[in-house]
Amino acid sequence: MTNALNPKYSFDTFVVGSANRLAVTAGHTVAENPGAAYNPLFVYSGSGLGKTHLLMAIGQAAKKAAPLLNIEYMTLDEYVEAFHASLAAGQGDTFRRRFQNVDVLLVDDVQFLSNRKEMQSELLHLTEALQVAGHQIVLTSDRPPPEIADLDERLISRLSGGLVVDIGLPDYETRVAILRRKAEERGARFAPGVLETVAQAAAGNVRELMGALNRLVAFQAVNDTTINAETAKQILGLGSGAAAAAPGDGGAKPAPGGGADEFGDFLADVTVTVGKAVEAWRARVGEAVLRWEGEGYRTQRLEALLEEDTPASVDKAIAGFTKDVERLKELEAEVAELDPQAAGESVFRDPERLSEAEKAAAKVREGAAPPPGPSAAFPLDAYAVGPSNQVAVSAAHAVLEKPGKKYNPLVLVGKSGLGKTHLLNAIGLELARGRRAVVACLSTQAFIDELITAIDGNRVDWWRARYRRATALLLDDIHLIAGKERTQEELFNLFNLLQDKERQLVFTAPAAPNTLTGLEERIVTRLEGGLVAEIKEPDREVKRAVLERLLTQQNVTPDPTLVDYLADRPADSVRTLVGAVQRVITAAAAGDGPLNAGLAREVLEGHAPRDTRRSSGFRTSGLVVSSLGGIKSREKMVWEWADVSDRVIEEFR
Amino acid sequence: MSLVNFTTREITCKIVYYGPGRSGKTTNLHYIYGRVPDSRRGRMVSLATQTDRTLFFDFLPIDLGQISGFSTRFQLYTVPGQVYYNATRRLVLQGADGVVFVADSQARQLDENLESLQNLQSNLLEHGVDVRTIPLVLQYNKQDLPRELILSAADLDDALNFRDVPSFSADALHGLGVFETLKAISELVLKKLAAGTAA
Repeated sequence: MTNALNPKYSFDTFVVGSANRLAVTAGHTVAENPGAAYNPLFVYSGSGLGKTHLLMAIGQAAKKAAPLLNIEYMTLDEYVEAFHASLAAGQGDTFRRRFQNVDVLLVDDVQFLSNRKEMQSELLHLTEALQVAGHQIVLTSDRPPPEIADLDERLISRLSGGLVVDIGLPDYETRVAILRRKAEERGARFAPGVLETVAQAAAGNVRELMGALNRLVAFQAVNDTTINAETAKQILGLGSGAAAAAPGDGGAKPAPGGGADEFGDFLADVTVTVGKAVEAWRARVGEAVLRWEGEGYRTQRLEALLEEDTPASVDKAIAGFTKDVERLKELEAEVAELDPQAAGESVFRDPERLSEAEKAAAKVREGAAPPPGPSAAFPLDAYAVGPSNQVAVSAAHAVLEKPGKKYNPLVLVGKSGLGKTHLLNAIGLELARGRRAVVACLSTQAFIDELITAIDGNRVDWWRARYRRATALLLDDIHLIAGKERTQEELFNLFNLLQDKERQLVFTAPAAPNTLTGLEERIVTRLEGGLVAEIKEPDREVKRAVLERLLTQQNVTPDPTLVDYLADRPADSVRTLVGAVQRVITAAAAGDGPLNAGLAREVLEGHAPRDTRRSSGFRTSGLVVSSLGGIKSREKMVWEWADVSDRVIEEFR
Repeated sequence: MSLVNFTTREITCKIVYYGPGRSGKTTNLHYIYGRVPDSRRGRMVSLATQTDRTLFFDFLPIDLGQISGFSTRFQLYTVPGQVYYNATRRLVLQGADGVVFVADSQARQLDENLESLQNLQSNLLEHGVDVRTIPLVLQYNKQDLPRELILSAADLDDALNFRDVPSFSADALHGLGVFETLKAISELVLKKLAAGTAA
């Protein structure tokens, strides 16, 4: 609740006398065996006699005996306030349940139940519930239950059902004992007889007793003298035989009402105020300690402050501490994103080790390179578009327009060499332009390898965090995941997470996901769930575009006949085409002739085997000689003579 | 001005008694002076005309000794009440931690009271101090005069105390209410001191 148990109020500091012995014994019993005896325990007394002290002492002792107990201390007002707040929030039931789970409930100042019908019935139910569950309830009031005005009969009997004890006025001996203990706490020494005088004079309310003692302490502190019993009487304004020494000059008459020592009064007053003011720093430090401790930070620096008498700059120290903690929080948050495991380290909870924390964070930062990004070698504008890949390209554009929203995942399907990787990387590059974009774009093989390394280095959390940060995940050749159970598992989780956050997923595969083998069903269905766009063998348009780009890259003005010739040649993939062009260009560079359709025909169809340097090289490296005399690798033979019809066309020319 | 110095462990409070001429500011200080033990008070400096009107200002330092480890000093000032000494008033007001406004309870002096209060406000503003933030208490002096001549504390509250600050009836000549006023302003000042160091 709002009030924590004040550690100052324990049984150790409670002075026991005849007037409160019964209450204290009952309190001890209750604290040792909550719920077992005297339930509820009802303590009443006039104000300033130690009800709150006793209540808190019970709580402390119970906590000490069984640290796991759930102990709540509150005043009735706080209880009412909390109840109203929870009702207003529509959480009345939660509120009730919360209190029914309290093992020891300590409620102060129950007398304020007067005229609060609904709170009375609430408390009645709570008391019943706690009693049934065997949980302890202790209440205090300034009067016994029957005397609380307008209290429900049932509640009276309920509250009186356990044990009702009162705390009486402390007797003289107890008063002296209290005064001695308090004087000792304050480090004040008095001449013999002084405290006895106070004890004799003061009415008995412990608070009044404290007030009298405070005045004496202040007076002694100010005057640097040890006062005797007589002076004490004067200071406290008790009737004493000695005439008060009235300091009087300056022509002023003594004050009316005979206030003998107006200045002394004033001084005592100021002393108390100053005391409060300068001691206020303790409260502030204490607050700060509680706050940060509650949040799990180490606070020894602030605690050290409390040891000092009057530290020079408390607020600066608190501010400095707060600043350090804020920095730690920042670091922790940053690290948590990169490596959740590392964020749990205690160094992020100790402001004294801020520099270490900075270093640790720097280390994590260093280690946590963003996931591999797309390759800059595959820009989108360099991607040749034609009817054969129209669907895939328009899907890519749709993805770029609304990443994560339209086609998620996008699976690019097609045979090898058709430009899937290019398109994937191109999408990645475009996505990476976004602000704060973290695009993970890599081959599935690399993805698997990274995971294995992470498992090996016990850094799976780090690895996961790295990808979870990604605003887009693009994996090339997803079919390679086949049979990799752990990777499939990780991908599955990552997939769901990213998709939930509407982050774009793009994959490539050689065939439609449902035809791939070795993939778990859950992965397949997820891949199928977006858009599967097929890239077909390059059409003429695509080929022309690729050719023109390639030739331009070589600083060659594309010869239209060459482009036509090459574009018309059969090629089942862009890669084949690129290979052919490269060969023609190399031949031209080697001096075989100008870069034109003729040369290309010679090179590709083997009409002019003039390149002796190359042929000798090829012969020795596992290449076969074609029947036409040209030298070609097996692969190239297949490319060029893809099917009979094409070949026929060629021969017609 | 620094109120609490944790390094040198000093607390210094400057309290200014303000009010219209002849309202009893110096009388307040005299009474306090009379009650402070010799060892605790400095010399009261009073620059007065032959007719006992404050010409410049009164100054009464009081040493309260060590309080909670702090060497505590109060400096009490009065300002000259007459209208034409405004420059002096403004000067004295500089760096004040608290102000006691001593009002003359006589009915015929009400306008002077109001005028002086406004003057206080504008002088504080000159120093960049908002009258709403500085510790201020009102003292209705001369309440010992015959009823028919004076306004009651309630009436004066209505007329002057629109900020609802603590107010005290007083008879400064005989000391009634003098220390109550001083206590109240000290408390306000010291409380603000606590808040001030927290800032």
